[in-house]
Amino acid sequence: MSEVPELTDQGFEPNPFGPHHDPIGSDPINADEQNPTEQPVLVQLLTPEGERVEHPDYSIDLSAEELQALYRDLALVRRVDVEATALQRQGELGIWASLLGQEAAQIGAGRALLPDDMAFPTYREHGVAWCRGIDPMSIIGLFRGCDSGAWDPIESKFNLYTIVIGAQTLHAVGYAMGMQRDGGQGACLAFFGDGATSQGDVNEAFIFSAVFDAPVVFFCQNNQYAISEPIEKQTRIPLYRRASGFGFPGIRVDGNDVLAVLAVTRRALEAARSGQGPTLIEAYTYRMGAHTTSDDPSRYRLASEMEAWKLKDPIERLKAYLVRSGQADAAFFEAIEKESDELAARVRRETVEMPDPDPASMFDNTYAEITPYLQEQRDTFLTYQAGFSEERSHA
Amino acid sequence: MSTTVTLGKALNMGLRKAMEDDPKVLLMGEDIGKLGGVFRITDGLQKDFGEDRVIDTPLAESGILGTAVGLAMRGFRPVVEIQFDGFVYPAYDQIVCQVAKLHARSRGRLPMSIVIRIPFGGGIGAVEHHSESPEAYFAHTAGLKVVACSNPVDAYWMIQQAIAHPDPIVFFEPKRRYWEKAELDTEAPPEPLFGSRLVREGSQVTVLAYGPMVKTALQAASAAEEEGISVEVLDLRTISPLDMGPVLESVRRTGRCVVVHEAPSNLGLGAELSARITEACFYDLEAPVLRVGGYDTPYPPSKLEEDYLPDLDRVLEAVDRSLAY
Ligand SMILES: Cc1ncc(C[n+]2csc(CCOP(=O)(O)OP(=O)(O)O)c2C)c(N)n1
Ligand SMILES: [Mg+2]
Repeated sequence: MSEVPELTDQGFEPNPFGPHHDPIGSDPINADEQNPTEQPVLVQLLTPEGERVEHPDYSIDLSAEELQALYRDLALVRRVDVEATALQRQGELGIWASLLGQEAAQIGAGRALLPDDMAFPTYREHGVAWCRGIDPMSIIGLFRGCDSGAWDPIESKFNLYTIVIGAQTLHAVGYAMGMQRDGGQGACLAFFGDGATSQGDVNEAFIFSAVFDAPVVFFCQNNQYAISEPIEKQTRIPLYRRASGFGFPGIRVDGNDVLAVLAVTRRALEAARSGQGPTLIEAYTYRMGAHTTSDDPSRYRLASEMEAWKLKDPIERLKAYLVRSGQADAAFFEAIEKESDELAARVRRETVEMPDPDPASMFDNTYAEITPYLQEQRDTFLTYQAGFSEERSHA
Repeated sequence: MSTTVTLGKALNMGLRKAMEDDPKVLLMGEDIGKLGGVFRITDGLQKDFGEDRVIDTPLAESGILGTAVGLAMRGFRPVVEIQFDGFVYPAYDQIVCQVAKLHARSRGRLPMSIVIRIPFGGGIGAVEHHSESPEAYFAHTAGLKVVACSNPVDAYWMIQQAIAHPDPIVFFEPKRRYWEKAELDTEAPPEPLFGSRLVREGSQVTVLAYGPMVKTALQAASAAEEEGISVEVLDLRTISPLDMGPVLESVRRTGRCVVVHEAPSNLGLGAELSARITEACFYDLEAPVLRVGGYDTPYPPSKLEEDYLPDLDRVLEAVDRSLAY
């Protein structure tokens, strides 16, 4: 017989990281928001007002420098994001998927990664990319329409962006199964959205990871919307509770609290690396911008909702904490401001100057080696193009 | 009554009319309710017909098509929207194994009156998976019918005819032409759904196109005229089954044929058309049937799509080659 534990209710502790209350109120998905008297299930270490609070199961102890480094990450990725949105408006990018409001979720998760870990992003994880040392220009190139992401996914340990919703979660599980089999030290961190949890691929990823005890952490940024569809269109229970049905722990963290996200993701990755299998993290956050620059959220949500979430801004709360606890002074914030502006200026300059790709490059890498028929097409294409430039030079 | 409408608006009006005519018609898809779809094709329909008939589904294409099968078994007529061409594949299994086969497997007892609307093709500067032309995958599947509209008038009628039709239909909408306008007379009699149409008369070369490429073919024909070449253009409209009558009639007259589509040429519609034309009028042909299509590469990043997509010049070049043969 195999060593798989018997599938009884006793055999599965719903969450070995600690007991959690799951109050079900009139709005089951956001139950903890609706029942302030109940013990919150949301892991939080920093309140929206920037007050440091303790949690029974999660603690974090960071030095002033480490806190400042997190602040710098948050501020810089937001600044790049704002610049990219502006560049799109000016016609320099085809489209941009903004991370506005999700900075803490992404930086907290990204900074929990160790060098051997592998991340599998969607199309919005610019903050995680930043943590993996990927230059923002590599991402800009994709949204400008120059390539499909210029970074090396293996070397950077940050997979290419995946636009087909949910597909990457299975890739993460497979990669984790590989780590399991070749003596790798790392774990995988699979990113996806609230909408993605409805996809078959994501549910299959949950099943595979559980059956094979794969070293993977599922990181769901619940930003409350899948384009126009609010979370109620995808689920009737809080998303983190899906995990228990698949047989692994699920946890909801305040996605706008970088400290809590870091603590929770670190713990889950450690568990995965040490053979304890998958965890589902639901980072409870809010998409402060449009779905992408092509979207018009005024058609489906109220501005008042946005105002409420502005009070939970992930960057403001860390700033408030740093100031209140005297761990950063005005000079620090000024320096970050200056660095942000310089980075944004570089992004702008390099975007505008970014050369168009070589047209013949579209034939590259379709196969390990170009096939004779494709080579023929490539040759014809080049001859045809050359004919054109000749015509033009004669004109 | 005659009004000037965009292709997108014509589809919207057609869907509305179909829903008014038949209470069993349901719309399903991602973001089609409040938002009215990312292209606003279903704009206002949820407000007027309610959430039971215009359904914002969970984000799962296999789920959308799978539940559409059940609804169709129950006598409903689901019209599903796939947000973009590149996102139909999670539903491919349901479409190919279930939607396409259930009528045959049940000996006709299970009707599959499902319309699968797919905005397709490139030319809008989008990122990956938003510009593809997957029609051949579906045309290759017995049990499915496949059509593509190219203009507002057809869009208005074809969507209604597709919904009323008993067989499952994959309905391709040329997304880059959603904003094209035309005069629409909702009282004029429609043409049959599964018929091809002559859209420009000519005598020297027949150009076959469908969906977004009809406009390109017409532009090429105008340009050719300036060079003294007479090009005839047919809008295929139906991709499966093909309506070969008008095609063969035209090619017999001109003796030359060029097929244009955005999809890669390899095993695309052009290959089937070329084979059928060659079989039917071999002795009338003055030149081999030529194809102008996308290259056999993944759809490139948008900065290169103008190089990838057939355009007026590439159609003209093929016309010249055909004439020079
Ligand atoms: C298979 C598939 N279907 C549809 C889409 C179109 N689409 C792009 S993003 C999106 C919503 C995703 O929502 P969520 O998973 O919550 O992620 P978020 O965008 O909010 O970060 C949809 C429907 C897609 N990219 N892939
Ligand atoms: Mg979302």
